[in-house]
Amino acid sequence: MKHTLAVLVHNHPGVLTRVAGLFSRRGYNIESLTVGVTENPEFSRMTIVVDGDDQVIEQVTKQLNKLIDVIKISDITNEEAVERELILVKVRANPEVRGEIMQIVEIFRARIVDIGRRSLIIEATGDENKIKAIESSLRPFGIMELVRTGKIAMVRGTKDKG
Amino acid sequence: MKMTGAQILIECLKREGVEVIFGYPGGAVLTIYDELYRADIKHVLTRHEQGAAHAADGYARVTGRPGVCITTSGPGATNAVTGIATAYMDSVPLIVITGQVAVGFLGRDSFQEADITGITLPITKHNYLVKRVEDLSRVVKEAFYIATTGRPGPVVIDLPKDVTNQECEFNYPETVNLRGYRVLKSVNALQVTQAARAIMAAERPVIYAGGGVVISGAHQELWELAERRQIPVTTTLMGLGAFPTAHPLSLGMLGMHGTRYANYAVSDCDCLIAIGARFDDRVTGRIEDFAPKAQVIHIDVDPAEIGKNVSAHIPIVGDVKQVLTELLRRLDTCAGETPWVRQIKEWKETYPLTYERSGELIKPQYVVEQICEVTNGEAIITTEVGQNQMWAAQYYKFKQPRTMVTSGGLGTMGFGFPAAIGAQIGCPEAVVFDIAGDGSFQMNSQELATAVEYKLPVKVAILNNQYLGMVRQWQEFFYGGRYSYSDISCAPDFVKLAEAYGAVGLRATRPDEVRPVLEQAMAVKDRPVIIDFVVDRTENVCPMVPPGGSLTNMMGG
Repeated sequence: MKHTLAVLVHNHPGVLTRVAGLFSRRGYNIESLTVGVTENPEFSRMTIVVDGDDQVIEQVTKQLNKLIDVIKISDITNEEAVERELILVKVRANPEVRGEIMQIVEIFRARIVDIGRRSLIIEATGDENKIKAIESSLRPFGIMELVRTGKIAMVRGTKDKG
Repeated sequence: MKMTGAQILIECLKREGVEVIFGYPGGAVLTIYDELYRADIKHVLTRHEQGAAHAADGYARVTGRPGVCITTSGPGATNAVTGIATAYMDSVPLIVITGQVAVGFLGRDSFQEADITGITLPITKHNYLVKRVEDLSRVVKEAFYIATTGRPGPVVIDLPKDVTNQECEFNYPETVNLRGYRVLKSVNALQVTQAARAIMAAERPVIYAGGGVVISGAHQELWELAERRQIPVTTTLMGLGAFPTAHPLSLGMLGMHGTRYANYAVSDCDCLIAIGARFDDRVTGRIEDFAPKAQVIHIDVDPAEIGKNVSAHIPIVGDVKQVLTELLRRLDTCAGETPWVRQIKEWKETYPLTYERSGELIKPQYVVEQICEVTNGEAIITTEVGQNQMWAAQYYKFKQPRTMVTSGGLGTMGFGFPAAIGAQIGCPEAVVFDIAGDGSFQMNSQELATAVEYKLPVKVAILNNQYLGMVRQWQEFFYGGRYSYSDISCAPDFVKLAEAYGAVGLRATRPDEVRPVLEQAMAVKDRPVIIDFVVDRTENVCPMVPPGGSLTNMMGG
């Protein structure tokens, strides 16, 4: 089963290597890993999607916790969370199909961010399902290039008591 | 006061109470060595950086204090990698200071540049590349704290040459502030109570004690637990010394080359109390068959060890000494000898460790037994890796913790001799014996020069069978006797080799010569002694659990 881990780390050089290296040498399978600095520039937040059973996830968490630069790990798989991915798709778009593509873009509330003579670049954000859907809708026109970020996620609301 | 990076480093080491550094100079650490020249810290010059790392490791294992070594950049640092990995696998507190090319030369494939923080990432508890002299004192403080607390381990500090030249105001931090690293202070009382209940209810309990008992200094608590509840104790290779081998409740070592009675006891027990041990594959054999009837209590300072290989019914995370102290408060005394202890005694009588005592050839086990006798079981034993290591584990009767110094996790050939040098420096009064194989000894025999230079009376007992013995044994058992490249009979004359370095060289070729040469060796107090024991070439380590087999299915012995 896929688990989503939110990992708060020190924003030090080499932290990504430490985390990614831990996964590879222990044989854990990373589905996706995104990282970026947080509201406090001292820290970065990683969103890691990892595939494995409960025992694997427990080991991943425990081993990650041993890294000095890892401050906190939350398994947010079963939390109410907002999840997003970003996709950029360069799609073949001769004048006769442009209208159709623009309709699809409209339906998915995506955006056209570049227009070429025979191509369009479309930007979309959304959860995994939406990203998959837009990709498959555009595929018949001919995808020339595609780039996706991994997933980022944030738990909804606040956990503060009172 | 303004100080250079090199001065800061030396000052920090002094404040951490470092008395001895093992190392080897080179271009990138010349500024540090220039400072060392006048510092009142002893420096031991080894003849190879691997030797320096193992010596610092041996020093740490016998003293319980962190070992420190220095290497230069590039090849100096990479030569230490085996030593770092060895310390990592056995949870040894080690501070490795590596020189690095100047900051401006980093990443340009400069002369003698190697990305040592990258290289040692998977084999250190943590590592640092110090790019600013202002960070140095904090880094050293953190490094010692990380290396010595919780589950100990090696920490590398990579120090670019220009950082050692630059100046800044020296401030040594009083405290360490690491948000991502917390040492557990308390123990979960509920889990300890659960464990106590399980132990009281058990009819056939067994303690499986590992290196964590030694590291934590919990041998007395272990003894108390065993005696109070009449629980037989088996130890891992790393746990040897945590419980006296001669104690009636001792089962010796378990696992691949463990005793039959230890493996039978573990396979039949209804409660397994794993203390500071990590269920290594050499211990468990086929994991599905390991302690199949037991409720498992697992005590370890490292939460990641719990459930890694074997799932525990009652996990307790915490320092072993602290947990055992808490546990003992909840346990009353078990009256008299239990049927289980009687059963163990019976197994011990029926299946003792034994070997065929032939008249003509020296049996390696006999050499180990005789070393144990002449040293009264009170020596510090270091070992190389392979058959010599297993015979030392089986036939030396350890009495005290920190007297068995061996590369358990990584299985590093060439470890024992430099580790013996470090051990002898850490414990100058102790008798230090390296039980060696001819193959392993040749991996770091250059350290003879170090031992001679520092007048260290380290004794090396080479169990010389002119084979890579354990390789040969596996080839005999599992490869149809095809001894592919395990014959190393083309070897130096070890007596002459010793003499060439200025050490004492002795040889025994017949059983009746063993004791006299050992006594001769014991009398030497001012230099190393190499004893070449020409032993039975074909002797095997028994019993043996075939790799991946179940503990009850042992060959030989």
